[in-house]
Amino acid sequence: MAPITTVHYLVVAAALFILGVIGVLTRRNVVIVLMSIELILNAVNLNLVAFSRLYGIHGQVFSIFVITDAAAEAAVGLGILIAFFRNKETVNVDEVDLMKW
Amino acid sequence: MTPVATTFFFYFLSGLAVLGGILVITRRNPVHSALALILTLLAVAGLYLMLYAPFVAGVQIILYVGGIMVLFLFVIMLVNLDRAAKEDQFNKQWLVGMIAAAALLGLFMAVYLKGKYMFPIQEAQLPEQSNVQEVALSLYGNYLFAFEIASLLLLVAIIGAVVMAKKRI
Amino acid sequence: MLDYIKSYLDMNATPGQAGNFFWATVYIFVVFGGVSVAVMAMNWLERKALAHFQIRLGPMRVGPHGLLQPIADALKLLTKEDIIPAQADKFVFWIAPLIILCASFTVYIVIPFGPTHAITDLNIGILFMLGVSSLSVLGVVMAGWASNSHYPLIGALRSSAQMVSYEVAMGLAVVSAVLMTSLNKTGTGTLSMIGIVQAQQAQQTWFLFKFFPLGFIAFVVFAIAMVAETNRAPFDLPEAESELTAGFHTEYSGLRWSLFMLGEYAAMIAVSSIAVTLWLGGWMRPFPHLLAGETWDLVFSLFPGFTFLALAVFCFIGVARMPKHPYFRVQTIGLAGFGIVLGLIGLTLFAPPVRDRVFDIYWFCIKVAGFMYLYIWYRATFPRYRFDQLMKVGWKVLLPIAVGVLILTAIMGVIW
Repeated sequence: MAPITTVHYLVVAAALFILGVIGVLTRRNVVIVLMSIELILNAVNLNLVAFSRLYGIHGQVFSIFVITDAAAEAAVGLGILIAFFRNKETVNVDEVDLMKW
Repeated sequence: MTPVATTFFFYFLSGLAVLGGILVITRRNPVHSALALILTLLAVAGLYLMLYAPFVAGVQIILYVGGIMVLFLFVIMLVNLDRAAKEDQFNKQWLVGMIAAAALLGLFMAVYLKGKYMFPIQEAQLPEQSNVQEVALSLYGNYLFAFEIASLLLLVAIIGAVVMAKKRI
Repeated sequence: MLDYIKSYLDMNATPGQAGNFFWATVYIFVVFGGVSVAVMAMNWLERKALAHFQIRLGPMRVGPHGLLQPIADALKLLTKEDIIPAQADKFVFWIAPLIILCASFTVYIVIPFGPTHAITDLNIGILFMLGVSSLSVLGVVMAGWASNSHYPLIGALRSSAQMVSYEVAMGLAVVSAVLMTSLNKTGTGTLSMIGIVQAQQAQQTWFLFKFFPLGFIAFVVFAIAMVAETNRAPFDLPEAESELTAGFHTEYSGLRWSLFMLGEYAAMIAVSSIAVTLWLGGWMRPFPHLLAGETWDLVFSLFPGFTFLALAVFCFIGVARMPKHPYFRVQTIGLAGFGIVLGLIGLTLFAPPVRDRVFDIYWFCIKVAGFMYLYIWYRATFPRYRFDQLMKVGWKVLLPIAVGVLILTAIMGVIW
């Protein structure tokens, strides 16, 4: 089989990214939308680490920042989810219409 | 030591990752989605190991799988989702979403087909044995300011999450 | 075959590093088997020791002094009916014990039983150990959720909250020990398990006594957090039998339940070996620098043999005290045979080539065994915490202490 190059990793990352985008755009459940965002961030990380094979250590350092960001995002997102569920008894994104009239 | 069966492990791990990704966005039950996401995260950690980034792989396991996913599972258990599982799973603009994703896929393919000859042939030489030390030097040298900003971001996120989730402050 | 043995004798690194697949596989099987035997022995010892704490006798019927009790238990569990609740989520219910088992056993890849006696040496060793052992919380959560019952769910919620909270204090205590490895001429620390022990060897002290009392405080924080991590008394709220029947594994029975037990005991041994590696000098014998020299080396390398001989002597005392009645004849013969086997092992360990290869494994295991005894002692002594007290101890006591120790260690490192 052909040797594995950077492009192979980029294709995997692209596939994960597309899956994440589909999840964010089409699912109704907030929890799964948040998980799809994690999927997107992982695709980005995979890209960064794959490029760090070519251009030095910086990609790995940046991917650590992305992981930090993902942790912060998950904490706040799930906090909002709990607050919202307490008030409206639903977890569907399209029923989040408090600001719309 | 040199890695063995690189091709096999690459296709195995990336297959697991993509399979997990598909399961995440198609499962009806959020707990099953979370488990599929854990599968994806572990497979991606394996890909990091193949890319000679052991520290990122370790951080991925300890933070993502041991931290963030536990948080997700915890919240799924706190929030009663029985009713949501019986409802329609996809929203009204799913067709638009799929078209947008397909357009993105086309863009990616165009970029990779055109751009794959522009990569440098020579790979950077990253010593695997001192990977942790290299990352640490870079993190606390070049990126010190970004590191401090990240800590501030985490502080804000903690406060925000507590304010959001607490009944009475 | 001879080539393989020769390649082992020539090897002066771990088989994983040397790229020696045959011996790496052998090591994996040896470690797996050894841990399983240790879990069975621990099962028997815990029941005996707990019984003696409470002035009872404990298991006495199956084999001499209940020595065969773990085997009888295992057979009983294997033949029991395997119940899956009707409303349970079958797949998750099925996979949860496997996750716990895999998480607890994967950790043993990097545990250094000696400078060359580890399956491999990763340069992210301690990070790998903490990460993989934190995966077991997923198994607990999944088991509790999939049972679709109230007690397991409450147990799983408690457990995930508890394990995530104590992981923070545990991680910070570990970081302060890792920081101590960087106190050398080049100023580069290491995360590799073997590297950490070698740093203690180079600095001629256990990290327990480094910057006294800083290392000691970090060790105590870790020792408390590791009891909470493994859900043992006094932090066994997830499986508090008086409130939650059995916590997250209430609905499990038979083989699956025994997998949970195996995983729990394996995790106990694993976290104890982290503590031994980081603070108690790993495979180093006591006083390697104070009592240096050929004579002392010889004296300390005779310990493994004498330990086994002592165990054999205990067996023979047991034989002598056995009632002289035909009913007890089989037991007496069995115990005497066991004593003879132990004595032969002890005599083998006196042979110089064997002696030089096992004495580091011996010291490592003895230190871990000390921790195992502490676990039993805690269980017999301390009352269980209430949940809010548990959270208070984790976040308001252990975490600030760990951060303070970390900062002080860093300051001491700069001054030094």
